[in-house]
Amino acid sequence: MEEINMEEGDQTREMGVAPALIALDPTHQYVSVSVGSDLRVFNLREGCGVSLVDPTGGCMHKDAVRAIRFSGNGKLFVSAGDDKLVKVWSTESWHCIATVTSEKRVSAVAIDKGGRYVCYADKFGVVYALDTECFDGTNASLNKKAVPLLAHYCSIITSLEFSPDGKFILSADRDFKIRVTVFPKNPLDGAHEIQSFCLGHTEFVSCLAFVCNVDFPQGNLVSGSGDSTVRLWDFTTGSLLDTCDVGSKAGLSQSNGKDAEVSPAVTDLCPNFDGSLVAVAIQNLSGILLLSCNLSFRKLSIAKVVSIPGETCIPSSLGAALSEPMLWMIMGASSLRVSDSASLARVRVVSNFSGVTEQEATVVDDSDIPGGQPLLQKLQGSLSVGEEAISAAAEAVKTALRNLLIKKQYSTERREHRKCGRNDKKIKK
Amino acid sequence: MEVECNTTLNKKTGLPRKRFYRARAHSNPLSDSHFPVPTCPAEVDYSIHYPQFDGLTKVQFADIGCGFGGLLVSLATLFPDTLMVGMELRDKVTEYVKERINGLRTTNPGQYQNISVVRTNSMKYIPNYFEKAQLTKMFFLFPDPHFKEKNHRRRVISPHLLDEYAYVLKVGGIIYTITDVEELGEWMKSCLEGHPLFKALTEEEIESDQVVELLTSATEEGQKVARNGGQTFPAIYRRIEASFLF
Repeated sequence: MEEINMEEGDQTREMGVAPALIALDPTHQYVSVSVGSDLRVFNLREGCGVSLVDPTGGCMHKDAVRAIRFSGNGKLFVSAGDDKLVKVWSTESWHCIATVTSEKRVSAVAIDKGGRYVCYADKFGVVYALDTECFDGTNASLNKKAVPLLAHYCSIITSLEFSPDGKFILSADRDFKIRVTVFPKNPLDGAHEIQSFCLGHTEFVSCLAFVCNVDFPQGNLVSGSGDSTVRLWDFTTGSLLDTCDVGSKAGLSQSNGKDAEVSPAVTDLCPNFDGSLVAVAIQNLSGILLLSCNLSFRKLSIAKVVSIPGETCIPSSLGAALSEPMLWMIMGASSLRVSDSASLARVRVVSNFSGVTEQEATVVDDSDIPGGQPLLQKLQGSLSVGEEAISAAAEAVKTALRNLLIKKQYSTERREHRKCGRNDKKIKK
Repeated sequence: MEVECNTTLNKKTGLPRKRFYRARAHSNPLSDSHFPVPTCPAEVDYSIHYPQFDGLTKVQFADIGCGFGGLLVSLATLFPDTLMVGMELRDKVTEYVKERINGLRTTNPGQYQNISVVRTNSMKYIPNYFEKAQLTKMFFLFPDPHFKEKNHRRRVISPHLLDEYAYVLKVGGIIYTITDVEELGEWMKSCLEGHPLFKALTEEEIESDQVVELLTSATEEGQKVARNGGQTFPAIYRRIEASFLF
């Protein structure tokens, strides 16, 4: 019992800091950001902020949001996190159409291709499916029950993703695994048929994304991990096609003696609209690493580092709409003790996020950002954000991720010490 | 505590003496593992485990929670050309089985070359050891019952873990479960019954399967139950094709 309490204590301390997240709807109309428990949405087309309303009487998020996502048709938006609430929003009205309580804290969400089933994963490794067709507005409380779809055995699920054709659901976990499961016609009966496991990472898998182009509409899978690599997979067979070590790139821009022994983790991936590039966010790297992706030759190679002039900005999350060659990034965190404001965020945009070489991908100045000052005011909460606070946030996010996902190593003495309370050891004395 | 290696062996039979390998009866499958785990099945070096085989033959039988290895030892001579592996979480017990196999190999030259044991948490790492549809038989004999409802997720047979077992089992492959705890027997049966990729063997199939009687007679736990005149509850299911899912 003592041991359990101790572990719980550890958990609350390390879960305090959540990275800020960003998501774009597929038509590039809305930018959505989560910072701590705060959800902020901006309408790019009308140039104004959106206020989120919950007419069903459910409460807003009370704790850090860990996952946000638009559906493929742009009609739904889902947010979920540490307060165990999964909230489904209609992007037409920005009203919350359903709030479901998860048993455990939620770590990832995804919406199926048809836009009907919302899937979310909890920190005990169970993925649930929620049928949004049963929310008819009038009797919403009746069938709002998520059913377990699949499970990784007691491992934190870090990312959920549907294959472009919608036939498979992919789940990545802290135990280095990516599981590819057939998404059945009726997911409410569970997804029992495993297509493959993509095994090869040597640390936690942090993010998944699909890269597609005209020749490969079914796409290939790319994954990022705590082992400082981005890997390309044939997800139907689970075979590893290519590995790209990005750690060295990240180390160059900020060689910090203290961190030399631990490899910087890949924190997010975002492919561009034509599948020629993948943007990679890495701990320690101020800016974005662009990988060029050749699906015919099954190759990933480092194209360039897009650095951010004049400030240190290590993105915590990336987003892009498939209709625009534009990469959105955010960095920030919730509940930092160091900073005076409770949560802070910095939003930047990279233009020319395309494989065309004549135009260089560059970071857009704040004055030229789509949406302009109103967008920054809405999403960042203020126009200017102190650089010190931003680097403190990056450090805190990094520590939190590490504590959460990397297995604790105990020395032999420590392990023996932990055993001393065991009944069978006590008897001997 | 350290005992010299050769004194732990029985002088007459060359087999390890159990009293030097006492372990706790239970181990928590939920805790983080601190033993090496292969990244993927291709990384497992079977030439160490089966030195007299060509290194290309794949393991077909897996005894999950093999304990002291009684079943493996019986199966070894019954299927001399089939590779089989026992998986056990408790390191001392794994050491015992290793020594036992080594002893048997020495005293019976040419025999027991097809069995081996690995220390792992099979609830977490089954896909790290076996490819899709690699296994033809899986054994779950006398698993830890985990009576408390709060601990049911530690049970080795559960609806979600069956998905992974179905993945490593070939269509037509058989999963054998048995217990002396009635409640657990019902649980395992209902999990298998409710799973779309498993179908119960018929009475005739069970009778004609020569492995079935080993479930009780070959394992240490089974013998203990028989000695005490206890009852056992088997559930034996076949992996079937997933035709109707899509």
